Amino acid sequence: MPTEPSLTPPQGFFETDAAMARLRRRKRAEWRLKAYGIAAIALAALALLALLGSVVGKATGALTESYITLPVVLDAQKLDPSGERDPKTLLRADFAGLTKKTLKAYFPYVKGRKDKRALYDLVSGGASFELARKVAQNPELLGKTIDFRFLASDTTDLYLKGAFGSLQPEETRGLLTADVKGKTVVLHSSANDFLPALEQVKQGLLKKARLLRRQAERQDNGVREYERRAAVDANEEDRAGNAAQIATRSKARDTLLAQARDLEERAVAPDGAEELDDKTPSLLIKAANGWIKLVKVESNRAEGIVLAPLTGRLENSGAWQLLITELPESARKVSDRQIVWIEQLRDQGAIHSVFNSRFFTASDSREPELAGIWGAAVGSFWTMLVTFALAFPVGVFGAIYLEEFAPKNRFTRFVEVNINNLAAVPSIVFGLLGLALFLGVFGVPRSAPLAGGIVLALMTLPTIIIAARAAICAVPPSIREAALGVGASRLQTSFHHVLPLAMPGILTGTIIGMAQALGETAPLIMIGMVAFIVDVPHGITDSATVLPVQVFRWSDFPERAFEARTAAAILVLLGFLVLMNGVAIILRKRFERRW
Amino acid sequence: MNEIRDVTALKDTKKVKISAQNVQVYYGDNHAIRDVNVDIDDKTVTAFIGPSGCGKSTFLRCLNRMNDTIDICRVTGTILMDGRDIYAPDVDPVLLRARVGMVFQKPNPFPKSIFDNVAYGPRIHGLAANKAELEHIVEKSLKRAALWDEVKDRLSASGTGLSGGQQQRLCIARAIATSPEVLLMDEPASALDPIATAQIEELIDELRSKFSVVIVTHSMQQAARVSQKTAFFHLGSLVEYGETGQIFTNPQDPRTESYITGRIG
Repeated sequence: MPTEPSLTPPQGFFETDAAMARLRRRKRAEWRLKAYGIAAIALAALALLALLGSVVGKATGALTESYITLPVVLDAQKLDPSGERDPKTLLRADFAGLTKKTLKAYFPYVKGRKDKRALYDLVSGGASFELARKVAQNPELLGKTIDFRFLASDTTDLYLKGAFGSLQPEETRGLLTADVKGKTVVLHSSANDFLPALEQVKQGLLKKARLLRRQAERQDNGVREYERRAAVDANEEDRAGNAAQIATRSKARDTLLAQARDLEERAVAPDGAEELDDKTPSLLIKAANGWIKLVKVESNRAEGIVLAPLTGRLENSGAWQLLITELPESARKVSDRQIVWIEQLRDQGAIHSVFNSRFFTASDSREPELAGIWGAAVGSFWTMLVTFALAFPVGVFGAIYLEEFAPKNRFTRFVEVNINNLAAVPSIVFGLLGLALFLGVFGVPRSAPLAGGIVLALMTLPTIIIAARAAICAVPPSIREAALGVGASRLQTSFHHVLPLAMPGILTGTIIGMAQALGETAPLIMIGMVAFIVDVPHGITDSATVLPVQVFRWSDFPERAFEARTAAAILVLLGFLVLMNGVAIILRKRFERRW
Repeated sequence: MNEIRDVTALKDTKKVKISAQNVQVYYGDNHAIRDVNVDIDDKTVTAFIGPSGCGKSTFLRCLNRMNDTIDICRVTGTILMDGRDIYAPDVDPVLLRARVGMVFQKPNPFPKSIFDNVAYGPRIHGLAANKAELEHIVEKSLKRAALWDEVKDRLSASGTGLSGGQQQRLCIARAIATSPEVLLMDEPASALDPIATAQIEELIDELRSKFSVVIVTHSMQQAARVSQKTAFFHLGSLVEYGETGQIFTNPQDPRTESYITGRIG
């Protein structure tokens, strides 16, 4: 007969080696768990920092805007021939022409249609409207010459912010002699001052040669593949096709190789002259108040064209600068000529950079320098207003009914389960519903905050109902019993006692749902809130766009200046979300009750 | 004939306030209360005693129809209050609860001010015509609940900030503010310390002059101290009902005797 196992451990059981090993194992496991936890949190924090860092870093470009201050002659005769000084007529006067004239007057040496157009591109298309507005508001300025701050165009602004790289001065030791013949100029340096630049250009040639050789290799691989196929193909037609492929590919390979060899030869030639084009870095020379762009360089001699005229002769002069832009002209939106003009303006102190308040007060625009988020922010406000007005009462009353009044039967359980499922439905489905039902059947205006608000309300509703039900459920039943005990009806119990106690929880859930709706894009795209809206909406039926959609649209625009504005708009959106969540936290802390 | 009438008049001073006849309570399929017949006298403290789960609280909650709030609960039989069936279709449970106040096991003041706690019942039933009347009702109720002196300076303070015993007396004040005819108490002192319990018991004895009090208690000493009549419940049935002194000194049923002497329960 087996003996019954003893329930008490033997004497000294917890001091044995096995027990000690178990203890160590347990402690190690705890330590490991802690380490995993810390690692996970560190990873999350790092990801958040990286995200914020990248967004903030990109957004800084949108914080300032550039202005070009130029003297404007306000010719009363031309701008206001009638002499009535009527603001409406003044606004319609040819201020665009005046802006162009002002620029032309400042750069008298700019000739030719193409160059002039490049010159006009320095200032924003919106600058002349601002000038018109200023004159219309102050008609007494007519007949005077004023210094007006023209808003710089996005390319000018980007160049000034260093988006296309900056002009790097090269060290020069020699004395420069320039021999100007009309537009072209031949330059001589007493030292080999062009050599480093020449080296740089040659490095570029080698790089390009390497690229060509890689392309040639790919063609060569193709040739070998077709040769292999030709060896196994039985069909006459296939063989002919293969032969043709081999012929074209070998030809392409040989051309590429020849080009690469040519570039390499040019690169290693000890002091061969090198032609510069728009694919190589640009070399600019600044001397005697003028600018020269080099087109051909040797170590001590160079040929160039005059971009801005020199004021005097250059004869063994030490006062000159050699400047290099790393980015070739073809790879940037601002041309060498424009760089020269901007640099001249900068040297004369005509360029100012100020805080970009326009970004926070203007509406959308196709011109990045004119675009702002105010329109989208107001659109978001109207949309959220509609969303709140619909989702909050419906959600709260739905939750009260389900928690306090509905009989607990199969039907209410079905409803409850489906409300929970609704919270997991992709938001774009709500957009489809809105498009088909509200826009299609009920004729709600397209692109309007009303339509967006209804759709977002539907999307937010489950979140609010779930949060409200949880909050109502958390109200202790003793409160309900107490109220019922003194003869309160169920309605009175719900509204006098349960709802006030549940309100902080309901509001927290509502704010979180609203924050979710504020950041929602997909359903709004379905109901046409991606439209390009220049006006600030004045009501819930005006066409509008919202912040996240604005971010989405700007991120899609080709203009590079929108990159910074997109990041800045994201920051504004994040700011709103943080604000809303902060309010939710304060509400929760403030009205937290114990009973 | 006259003599008989006189006897009836005499009996009326101890008249029956609530008369339960053949009461059955079901929780779903569970038959929780079986065949309970009991007459509760006016201006008397009646104690319900019995082991846990014997149905005494369930029966108490039948008296103000609090069981109505539980979906699966079903009550049959007749409960007459002043001769009227409180389960009749024309009786509104909300109005009934204003006439039959209730105090719960755990003090459950509303998270509002002391004043609002007491004033809530009179407010929703429209018992006070103006603010002065309401203040009078609140003061009278708090005085009757022996809490007035402790809280008269801080009526606007939160009711949840009081001590446990004070909270329970606040709940009693709240229950009597609607001038009920019957006061139901479900283990009112079980969550309190002995001093607070003594205060509550003293209070119950005073309340007897105005109301018919029904108290459920686990403590047999408490039942013996505060009640004039005692009902012993066991497994959903009313085993014995009679004068408190008689139940505790000379129980008729062996089960009652076993419980009182501590053999079951």
